[in-house]
Amino acid sequence: MTPVPMEHGLLLAAGLFLIGLVGVLIRRNIIFMLMSVEIMLNATGLAFVVAGSRWGEADGQVMFIMILAMSAAEVSVGLALALRLYHRFRTLDADAAKLMRG
Amino acid sequence: MADLLWLIPALPIAGYLILALFGSRLPRMSAALVGCGAAGLSAGVTIAVGIAYLSSGTQEPWVQKLWTWWDVGGLSPEFTFYLDPLSLVFSFVITFVGFLIHVYSIGYMRDDEGFSRFFSYLNLFVSSMLILVLADNLLLLYLGWEGVGLCSYLLIGFWYTDPANGRAARKAFIVTRVGDTAMAVGLFFLFWHLGTLQLQEMLGAAVHTWPVGSALATTAALLLLGGAMGKSAQLPLQTWLPDAMAGPTPVSALIHAATMVTAGVYLIARTHPLFSLSPTAMTVVGVIGALTLLISGFSALVQRDIKRVLAYSTISQIGYMFLALGVGAYSAAIFHFMTHAFFKALLFLGAGAVIVALHHEQDIFKMGGLRRVLPTIFWTFVVGSASLAALPLVSSGFFSKDAILWEAFIGPPGGRWLFAAGLIGAAFTAVYTGRLLFIVFFGEERTRVSHRPGAVMLVPLVILAILATVSGFIETPQTLGGITLFSDFMAGTFQSAAHGAAHGDAHAGAHHSHTAEILVQAAAALICFAGLGLAAWLFRKRPDIPAAMTRSSGGAAFQGFLMDGCGFDWVYERVLLRPYGWIANVSKPDWIDRLYTGLALLATGLHRLVSPTQTGTMRTYAIGIVIGAVVALAIMVMR
Repeated sequence: MTPVPMEHGLLLAAGLFLIGLVGVLIRRNIIFMLMSVEIMLNATGLAFVVAGSRWGEADGQVMFIMILAMSAAEVSVGLALALRLYHRFRTLDADAAKLMRG
Repeated sequence: MADLLWLIPALPIAGYLILALFGSRLPRMSAALVGCGAAGLSAGVTIAVGIAYLSSGTQEPWVQKLWTWWDVGGLSPEFTFYLDPLSLVFSFVITFVGFLIHVYSIGYMRDDEGFSRFFSYLNLFVSSMLILVLADNLLLLYLGWEGVGLCSYLLIGFWYTDPANGRAARKAFIVTRVGDTAMAVGLFFLFWHLGTLQLQEMLGAAVHTWPVGSALATTAALLLLGGAMGKSAQLPLQTWLPDAMAGPTPVSALIHAATMVTAGVYLIARTHPLFSLSPTAMTVVGVIGALTLLISGFSALVQRDIKRVLAYSTISQIGYMFLALGVGAYSAAIFHFMTHAFFKALLFLGAGAVIVALHHEQDIFKMGGLRRVLPTIFWTFVVGSASLAALPLVSSGFFSKDAILWEAFIGPPGGRWLFAAGLIGAAFTAVYTGRLLFIVFFGEERTRVSHRPGAVMLVPLVILAILATVSGFIETPQTLGGITLFSDFMAGTFQSAAHGAAHGDAHAGAHHSHTAEILVQAAAALICFAGLGLAAWLFRKRPDIPAAMTRSSGGAAFQGFLMDGCGFDWVYERVLLRPYGWIANVSKPDWIDRLYTGLALLATGLHRLVSPTQTGTMRTYAIGIVIGAVVALAIMVMR
């Protein structure tokens, strides 16, 4: 089986990362923003795995497991925040919590 | 017993620490118990040590060294306590009268919010004052000196929610600071020339190195006198004491009548060998005392506030002590200090009881007829007034004031002038004392008594009344038994003065004829009766005469002049305060200030510039992070 070239994997990771980033920037619904962050995290994980397979090291996969654990923790906090936001403002629009005058 | 000396100031400071740390959590009765207990135990230790000292029969002072404070460059002040007759008398008055006033305060401050805070300050004061009088070197004395100044400030401004009280507290602090600065310079001066601040060493060195009348001794004595004038409210630094009456009445009794204001008397008596070296300084002390007692006695004649009458009277009586010091009658000065502490504390506590009974009314013209309603207070007040007016034979004030007048009479050249001033002052004293007594306790009732003081306030009054009477009999003139218990005891401290040829002592009077002494006493007695009689006539029989005097335009202006303490505040306001305020105002926009104002403006401007980026929109922040990351990446790649 011919290995997937590293460039392809990295391009895919970069594409996923961009999709997530654009999602974070343009979505106002906080649930979608959280999902976009997840996509970005997975893109990073993919980049690690690709790099690990290129040099034949287990470190990339170790890092991916760590990112999984971290994103689980992050999601629990994020969902709690989303719940609080909804309780307070009766909406999931992140811009509703804009109270600063600048 | 000398080993117990440290307990005397340590007990009140322990009480202070307990009350300061846990006071707000203690119930009132426990706080009162800690406060009074600390003062009472300290008084007990003082009495025990005093009895042991007296029965040891020695004239040698007892010294207890605790530790060396520091040791730098030849200056090594120690925490050493020094007990001799002088400090024993002061310690006894401070702890015992202090204890009585603590007990009285339980009643007086009963409903006050700052109950435990009050007792903690009182304990700190008692401890500082004890350090002052027991100190063995001038630096430790200075520690106590500043400590009592601080407590005076804290207690005058005790009811701090009224800005007027805070103002009075600051005034007292700043005016006494003027004197304290002179005293600090005096300490530097003494250390520079004599190389030590340990009192006995220093005084010995001064006597050996400086001849009588040397300019150095005069300078040192006058600098110390500056401190004494500030603390003891003598001319021209007396203006703070009448305003200090803003504090609670027990504070006025303890700090501003019985103990702290006599610290100046203590300082001069303690350093009397130095003063004896300088006839000039002695004359200055005597003249300041005479002027002060005249001016403040005169001002006391017209005051309307019961506490201000007593405040001016206190200044005047300390003037007598200074007069006595000035003619070298150290023992008489300390004797008058002791009797004055008893009867003036009694008068202040009596006034406080009246004020409480009339629901915090202090204007004597709204009082009256209290003789029947408050008999205990009336009779104790009569005893105190008799002592203040120096009623012959039955009051302690007579014996102590007579000793001062007699010593001034037989004293150094010029003593006759001081004697005359003392006699005129005695007339003022009798008149204002009579006026106070007749207006407050006789006549018709003008304000209803709303509350009768309880036993906790009356018992200290009765004890002080007894002391104010019997304390006079331990020292009587040659013509009246010639008991010299007090001056014999004080000889332990004032030995050098007794042997000095320059000034007379109690025993020096022996070679003057008894006729002269009887004449002096008769004059003093006559003046006392005449003054009281005049007061009775003016304020009981013919109250229309003083009223008519104040109605005439000249009389009203003169009354206003006396009311404000002979215009000292007026002069200071114009000569010192306003020019200072003007200079401060003019120099406000100088370039150093501008630099700092400019820096502040720059920071505010920059802040204005970037603060709009804080919008609260999360996505804007995210864009910021992305742009930053891209820029950082670009820099890394391009490099």
